[in-house]
Amino acid sequence: MTAAVEFLNVSRHFGPVKAVDGVDLTIAEGSFFAMLGPSGSGKTTCLRLISGFEKPTGGQIRIFGEDVSNTPPHLRNVNTVFQDYALFPHLNVRDNVAYGLMVKGIARAARYAQAEEMLALVKLDGYGDRKPAQLSGGQRQRVALARALVNRPRVLLLDEPLGALDLKLREAMQDELKALQHKLGLTFVFVTHDQHEALSMADSLAVFNEGRIAQIGTPQDIYDRPATRFVADFVGSSNVLPPDLTRALGGPTQWASLRPEATRLAATGPVQGTVTALRYLGSGTRVVIDAGGTEIAALVPAGQPVPAEGATTAIAFEPSALHLMGTA
Amino acid sequence: MSSPAILPAKGLADRLTGTFWRRPKLLLALLITPPLLWLGVVYLGSLAALLLQSFYSIDEFSGVVKEEFTLKTYAELFRAQNLDIIIRTVVMATAVTLACAVLAFPIAYYAARYAKGPWKAAFYLGVMLPLWSSYLVKVYAWKLILAKEGILGWAAEGTGTSFIIDGILSIPGLEGSSLSTSPFGTFLVFVYIWLPYMILPMQAALERVPNSMLEASADLGATRNQTFRTVILPLALPGVIAGSIFTFSLTLGDYIIPQIVGDSSRFIGLTVYQLQGTAGNTPLAAAFAVVPILIMLVYLSLAKRAGAFDAL
Repeated sequence: MTAAVEFLNVSRHFGPVKAVDGVDLTIAEGSFFAMLGPSGSGKTTCLRLISGFEKPTGGQIRIFGEDVSNTPPHLRNVNTVFQDYALFPHLNVRDNVAYGLMVKGIARAARYAQAEEMLALVKLDGYGDRKPAQLSGGQRQRVALARALVNRPRVLLLDEPLGALDLKLREAMQDELKALQHKLGLTFVFVTHDQHEALSMADSLAVFNEGRIAQIGTPQDIYDRPATRFVADFVGSSNVLPPDLTRALGGPTQWASLRPEATRLAATGPVQGTVTALRYLGSGTRVVIDAGGTEIAALVPAGQPVPAEGATTAIAFEPSALHLMGTA
Repeated sequence: MSSPAILPAKGLADRLTGTFWRRPKLLLALLITPPLLWLGVVYLGSLAALLLQSFYSIDEFSGVVKEEFTLKTYAELFRAQNLDIIIRTVVMATAVTLACAVLAFPIAYYAARYAKGPWKAAFYLGVMLPLWSSYLVKVYAWKLILAKEGILGWAAEGTGTSFIIDGILSIPGLEGSSLSTSPFGTFLVFVYIWLPYMILPMQAALERVPNSMLEASADLGATRNQTFRTVILPLALPGVIAGSIFTFSLTLGDYIIPQIVGDSSRFIGLTVYQLQGTAGNTPLAAAFAVVPILIMLVYLSLAKRAGAFDAL
C-alpha cells in the first residue's frame, strides 16, 4: 500500500494560534479519507497544506513520497473542490471545466472533448453553454467536481463540498461521490464537520480537535471505540460517563462512553435518574435521564413504552457496550 | 395583566412608518422623485437643448444663430482644423486612460487584496487627499513643478538626468522649451488629476473577486500571469471600464489643463469654451460637445461587445 499523502509532525501556526500542531498522518492511495472536526479544529488548514495554499511552519508533507515543501500549488498534481465551488463567473460551464487543460496549453478541440466527457461523468451533459449563475447549487457542485477531475489529479481534495446543499441532495451526492471515487480509484480527501457524512462515506477518518488529531481509524473504530471524551462527544451523541458513574455501573474507575442505542431503560438497577427530556425521532424516542448530574441519553425503539417526563427510571446495557477511554 | 397585541401609535413617526409599511411604493416614490426631476428635467433637458442647438447654424455675415434645422454645423466639424482638435483630444484621452489604468492597477490591487485596517485607511486617505484641494491649485502647482526652473528640472540637473527630459522634449509631437510647455506636460497633469477616478472603481471591482477564485486558478495549474489574464482581469474589467469612462470623458471635456500646461494647442473642451464664449458660435460649440458623447457611446458598445460587462 502506497501512501498518497503523509504528514510528518506538521505544524501551521499563525502567530500564537496553533491551527495545526504536530500532526502525523498517512493517507493510503485509493482511499476515501475524511477529516472530521468542529470549525477551527485545523482540518481545513490541513487540506490547504496539501493543496499548497498554506505552508507548514514545521514538519514535512509528502505527496506520493515526494517532499512538497518547495512546490507551489500550481505544480502539485492535486486538485480541490472548493467549499464555495469558486467557479469562474465569466466563463461558461465548458470553459470552467476545461480551465485546467487550457492553462496547460491543450488545444481547444481536445480540451473541450475532455470537458464534455467529464460533464457526462457528473451527469451534466448538455450544460456546457450555461453560465455558473444559471445552475442550481447541486449542479455547480458537479461542475466544480468535473473541473477538478478533468486534470486527472493523483489526489482530490474536497473542502466541505456538500455543506451548501439541502439534505436530500446531500445524501444523493454522498452516494455519487462514493461511486465516483470507486470508479476512478482516486484518493479522495474530504473535510467535513458532519459526523454522519464522515462515518458513512470514509474508509478511514481523522478526528481533529484544537489543531491535533484526537483519533484516527476506520469509521467503526471511531464510532464504537472512541479514544477520548472529545471523540465520543463529537462523533455521534454518545453518553460520556465520569469515572465514579462508570464504577457505579459495574466498570472500573475510568471515563467511559455508552451509545444511546445500546442503553435501555429498566425498572431497577444500580443507577437511577429522572427523565428530563423526550425527543421523538420517528424511528424511536430519545430519552434523557439525569443521573446525579450526568445526563444519559437512551434510545427507546418505536413501539416500546416511553416513560413520562419527570418519571424515575434505571438504565441497563450489555457490559460489552461500555467503552473505556482516556481522559483527554 | 398582559400587554395588548397591538401597541398604540405614538406620534408622527409611528404613523408614517405604518403608512410606508402599508404602501411600500410610496416611500420609494418619495425618495426617487427629487433626483428623477433633477436628472430628467435639468440634466436631460439641457442635453436636449444642446442637441437642438447643434442642428442650428450661424449666419456667417451677421453672426446671428439661425434657428432652422441643418447639418451644416456638423459638416464643419470635418474641416481639417476641427478634425485636428478632435483627433488630438481623443489621442490624449486614450493615452491618459491607458496610463491611469497601468498606474492604478497595482495600487488598487494592493488596496483590495492586502491592505487591512490602518493601511486601508491610509490608502483611502492617500487617494482622496488630492481631491480635497482645488483643482486649479494642483494644476498651477504642476506648472511650477514642470517649468524649466522647476523642481523636476532642478532634480534632473542635480542627478545628471536632464537628458531624459531633453529626450522627451525632442520627440516629434511633444516638443517644447520645457515640460510645462510640452504636450507631454499636459499628459502628465491629466494623469495626475484623474488617477483617483480610476483607482476607486478598480479597487471596488477587485475587492469583489473572492480569494477562492484565485486559489482555484492556481489549484488548476495556472501561473500568476495566467491567473491575471484569465481570471483577475476579466473579473475586474467592469471596474476598469468604469474608471476609464471617468478618465476618458473627463479628459475629453476638460478645458483648463490644456490652457495652463502645454503648448496651447486646442482640445475639444477648450474649443467649446471659446466657441460659445468669445466667438458666440453656440451651434458649433454644441456640435463639438456632442462629439465626446458619441465617442463614449461607441466606446461603451465596443466594450460591451468585447464582453467587458459579462462578469457584472
